[in-house]
Amino acid sequence: MSQISMVVNGKRVSGTVEDRTLLVSFIRENQGLTGTHVGCDTSQCGACVVHVDGKAVKSCTMLAVQANGSEVTTLEGVASGGELHPVQAAFREHHGLQCGFCTPGMIMSAIDMINRHGAGNLDEATIRHELEGNICRCTGYQNIVKAIKAASDQMAGMAQAAE
Amino acid sequence: MGVDGIGARVLRKEDKRFITGKGRYTDDMTAQGMGYAAFVRSPHAHARVKSIDSSAALDMPGVDAVLTGEQLVGDGIGNLICGWMIHSKDGSPMNMGAWRALEPEIVRHVGQAVAVVIADTQAQARDAADAVVVDYEELDAVVDPVAAMEAGAPQLHPEAPNNLIYDWEIGDETATNAAFDNAAHVTRMEIYNNRLVPNPMEPRAALAIYDSAEEHHTLYTTSQNPHVARLVLSAFYAIAPEHKLRVIAPDVGGGFGSKIYIYPEEMVCLWASKKVDRPVKWVSDRTEAFLTDAHGRDHRSVAEMALDANNNITGLRVKTVANLGAYMSLFSSSVPTYLYATLLSGQYNIPAIHANVKAVYTNTVPVDAYRGAGRPEATYLVERMMETAAREVGMSPADFRRKNFITQFPHQTPVIMCYDAGDYSATLDAAMNAIDYSGFAARKAEAASRGKLRGIGMSCYIEACGIAPSAAVGSLGAGVGLWESAEVRVNPVGTIEVLTGSHSHGQGHETTFAQLITERFGIGNDQVSIVHGDTDKVQFGMGTYGSRSGAVGMSAIVKALDKVEAKAKKIAAHLMEASEGDITIEGGELKVAGTDKKLTFTEVALAAYTAHNLPAGMEPGLKEGAFYDPTNFTFPAGTYICEVEVDPETGKTEIINFVAADDFGKVINPMIVEGQVHGGLTQGIGQALLENAAYDETGQLLTASYMDYCMPRADDLPAEFKLSTHETLCPGNPLGMKGCGEAGAIGSPPAVINAITDAIGSNALSMPATPEKVWQLCRAGMQQAAE
Repeated sequence: MSQISMVVNGKRVSGTVEDRTLLVSFIRENQGLTGTHVGCDTSQCGACVVHVDGKAVKSCTMLAVQANGSEVTTLEGVASGGELHPVQAAFREHHGLQCGFCTPGMIMSAIDMINRHGAGNLDEATIRHELEGNICRCTGYQNIVKAIKAASDQMAGMAQAAE
Repeated sequence: MGVDGIGARVLRKEDKRFITGKGRYTDDMTAQGMGYAAFVRSPHAHARVKSIDSSAALDMPGVDAVLTGEQLVGDGIGNLICGWMIHSKDGSPMNMGAWRALEPEIVRHVGQAVAVVIADTQAQARDAADAVVVDYEELDAVVDPVAAMEAGAPQLHPEAPNNLIYDWEIGDETATNAAFDNAAHVTRMEIYNNRLVPNPMEPRAALAIYDSAEEHHTLYTTSQNPHVARLVLSAFYAIAPEHKLRVIAPDVGGGFGSKIYIYPEEMVCLWASKKVDRPVKWVSDRTEAFLTDAHGRDHRSVAEMALDANNNITGLRVKTVANLGAYMSLFSSSVPTYLYATLLSGQYNIPAIHANVKAVYTNTVPVDAYRGAGRPEATYLVERMMETAAREVGMSPADFRRKNFITQFPHQTPVIMCYDAGDYSATLDAAMNAIDYSGFAARKAEAASRGKLRGIGMSCYIEACGIAPSAAVGSLGAGVGLWESAEVRVNPVGTIEVLTGSHSHGQGHETTFAQLITERFGIGNDQVSIVHGDTDKVQFGMGTYGSRSGAVGMSAIVKALDKVEAKAKKIAAHLMEASEGDITIEGGELKVAGTDKKLTFTEVALAAYTAHNLPAGMEPGLKEGAFYDPTNFTFPAGTYICEVEVDPETGKTEIINFVAADDFGKVINPMIVEGQVHGGLTQGIGQALLENAAYDETGQLLTASYMDYCMPRADDLPAEFKLSTHETLCPGNPLGMKGCGEAGAIGSPPAVINAITDAIGSNALSMPATPEKVWQLCRAGMQQAAE
């Protein structure tokens, strides 16, 4: 058993976990943040994507002890002050979700994608390529791709307006 | 129409919880003192269970119990059932073998559960399950359904000699044979419809809670139809009487058919929670899902089509072997019979059809309905045959189809169905325009200049939804009626709760169902809640599958709304001293036509509940329920056209263009309908290009994870599906709806394969059209050309 401590969605948390405990289990079971999902056992589906120190990580592929001392953001932590993150809003606006199970990972991957490429720099083909690690069975991806593109472009506009 | 009424692109009410991580799926539920279940599963496809030694497992930390099939049977828990009786052509009932939730004697597929461990944590339960020692005597296995029927094949069930479940037929064999005797041309094909795994992203899960004081069970589970689950668990599996069993299907992460059925694991959790007197949770991992969720398709067919000298179709003769796996799942028997062969007429005038279907046991995972269920198999067969026949007789595929289209309605086919309405030329024209069909030759030439092979293929599908008139399905062997129920509760403040027996697991019912209320009463959809998925809240319902929530579920709501409207108008007329016939409802107000007298909906609702001044003899309250039994199946239909480019050097197929022109009848929310089509098309394209459940000859599933089973990814698909809808109203239900949930998966596979075979000039292609298969055919073609 190991004692671990990390910041999850801005809040310092700690706990005692088995060494084999996955980060996703720590998030879901110890922290009760069930917005992060487990859809496969092989790191293919991406329903479990969270951000660890600002980078998208499949939380089913990382041990909780490896995240000791890190800052973790889950889907529950991306809206600020009651305002949806632009990616969250775009998923609703463009009907980018149906059953909602893959959605947490899709949104977290999309935010990471926009962060890495820079807002406004994503085209349709790049988004599709970047979604290699996120599986959706409901939507056929078309509206997910649209939502990510729209959010990316909107965030570029917001950045420009802020300048 | 109100802004959020019928036909409006209303954004989804349910989205907020899903995009903020507040969805509540079964695995998100917990209960005080909860233990976890892990199943001990057979590594063999066919074996005798000689002994189970739990002693080491019981000594492990946190382990509460190890329960076996012997105990389950000893407690009187019933066998799993198939709820649709099919009779063979000789009149004998289908041969159903016994299926126990934990198998004490003979396991018949890899992954079948023989015991369950209950422990304090999931990890402890899984560790202990690994430590249960089962001594198996391996038996020969058979995975090929044709081989399974041969003499000397391993026998799965004593009840089913030669592994034959039924040998069923439909249509007029004599008339069909006569058509072939007189045919000017016969097209013949062997067609395989590949085995698929439904793969909703949320794996199955269950949380069973037993209250020993009340002798009451609660089951949270991933179900498309919680009331059917409760009925079956009570009436057949003897878990508990219905009033002592509450089934809740909360947010459910996709189903596609695979969450219709009541599986061994959910049953065992219920039984075990009583046995160990603590709540028991089980969550499937993905490999368990591959090994236990009902698979789909797996048909081997030989099809023949007879044409006269004018290229009119005169007959269709089909022989199909359907692999049902190791056990008969809940609706498995109906899929290759009444959901399949009744659609073999397609959109065409075919005077004589005969189909023979043999359903067979094999040592594979049970097969049942998966998105489309029988109709994709029928459509693939008919549309591959249509394309091939057109090529053989030298007609354009469009002209050949158009020449044989049904144009008069109602149309009685030779295989039970009576099509009520449609306009097949309209959807064919729309799809051809959308893809610029006439410009294809130029695009093909341009692609050739780059060394690429372009092809175009179409599929004119029809399907049967709105399943279905209860008396009709009863006469065909269904064990249940397939109506739907609804209750509309108007609260004293005028807000409305609609209780429905339909279940939403991605379809957006909370939004579309509310649109009906907005349309009817002109009140905002934020004033409406849709309640579903809980047997304690909704009295009964048949659930969601077969694209029935619109045509059947919403029809029940409409019936209940009719009653609410009538009563509200009576109250308003009484209060305003007007004639009932003069009351109109718009914008949330009840008005007396031609006057300025009006009452808000809230005022009328409040009057109904204060009951201070109601018409003489009227009961207080404003709440009405309705059951709706469909009058016919509904018949969505349309044309899909796919344009592909094949790289002959690699065999890789790229879908350049895909257009869909659908007739779904009345569309309530176009945004949601488009989403359903996108998803359906993608599953169909997945079947055509990527997905295949592959077994080795010993019965090991080779594709039991996402590393081996190729799920469609975002970059496997074209940049945009071009969709359009063309409405002919269904005359059989009040809204004129036909259903849209499955069309994409039904219509798309033959369009893709017809396009690839057009591109490469070889018809010998089976699904999935992997680069390897396509490359081999390209090579063979080039060699032939060189010779």
